[in-house]
Amino acid sequence: MSMYPSVLALIGNTPLVDISSLSPNPAARICIKLEGQNPGGSVKDRVALSLIEQAEHDGILVPGKPDQILMEPSSGNTGIGLALVCKVKGYHLKVVMPTNVSIERRQLLELWGAEIIESPGSEASNGAVRMAQKLAADNPEWVFLYQYGNPANPKAHYEGTGPEILRDCPEVTHFVAGLGTSGTLLGVGRYLRDQLGEKVQIWAVEPPSGETVDGLRNLDDGYIPPIFEELGGAELLDRKTVVRPRESIEWTRRLTDVGIFAGISTGAAVAGAIKCAASLPPGVEASIVVVSADGGWKYLSTGAWTDDLDEVTERAKSIIYF
Amino acid sequence: MAVEVRIPTVLRTHTGGAAVVTVDGATIGDVLGKLVAEYPGISGQVVQEDGSLHKFVNIYVNDDDVRYLDGVNTPVPDGAEVSILPAVAGG
Repeated sequence: MSMYPSVLALIGNTPLVDISSLSPNPAARICIKLEGQNPGGSVKDRVALSLIEQAEHDGILVPGKPDQILMEPSSGNTGIGLALVCKVKGYHLKVVMPTNVSIERRQLLELWGAEIIESPGSEASNGAVRMAQKLAADNPEWVFLYQYGNPANPKAHYEGTGPEILRDCPEVTHFVAGLGTSGTLLGVGRYLRDQLGEKVQIWAVEPPSGETVDGLRNLDDGYIPPIFEELGGAELLDRKTVVRPRESIEWTRRLTDVGIFAGISTGAAVAGAIKCAASLPPGVEASIVVVSADGGWKYLSTGAWTDDLDEVTERAKSIIYF
Repeated sequence: MAVEVRIPTVLRTHTGGAAVVTVDGATIGDVLGKLVAEYPGISGQVVQEDGSLHKFVNIYVNDDDVRYLDGVNTPVPDGAEVSILPAVAGG
């Protein structure tokens, strides 16, 4: 573990850390997988590399060929992961991103040389997906890997994140992760279910982002990632819980008590893991594994750790953190 | 039994702008039925004609998605909070 052929070889193999001191239930151990340790700073590095390597394998992208353009909708992390991989591999990337993301997400995309195409913040990620689909239709020469519909997204977790969790915590009884594209939940969840059967429960945590999104005309503007439907997400999940901004921020702060500086979606995921631990019958031994999608660096500008909790909560309602 | 229902922005045109409304009901099916009776504009938006939930809507009882409980038959305890949320992606 001292020399790597490329920074891309650092993607994956993230650490799992015991944070049971935060558990409300002494019989329920909680471990957190720190995906912020990936070189691009989030779990989406795995997805970005998987999408691009699959496209290269399929001949959609050709390494070394000049002027290849990729375009992808993202609320940030997938865009940043792709931007890193594209920089190293020499592809040009355009990211369709809603305007209401933290400033650091924009800055990171810019430093990796990605071009940002803004979509209306009022339509959240749904608007970015819609705009990207239109752009892809209008520009068929652009490579559109479409993380929401590409099996290479959950595959990264089925072949990487899932086996790492089972290797590091073979006694896992519950897996908890945030629901964004559903790639993490589908990939890890399916892997653990295949290996452990019904002994493992799969819990999804969702932010209440749809509550205040005001750019939807009606519910038909809603969006479910095709991979979630095509890969049986509804059958795989055992529970889905919503975690509100205040609780997300509170748990993001509590995590610093155990030395973990993580993004706001991690606070939400941990709040879900805490609910899971609290819901178990007394005395039943459990090992809950929760995913921290990214580190806290990209959210310093939100004041999440230091500003007044009410103010930060209000601010968090207007930015996309999943 | 009184239940508070949180209405997302996209449906507030049908509730006179109200973000939270109070209706009675012992199950999610009851609560949504009462909601539609009181605010007919919501009809067809949340529950489809066959009584199932609209594809792009998620309903939560005290933060738990009812699709992973008992769907429209999920019991709603007195004083519970029901939230209606449109399906929104992340990533």
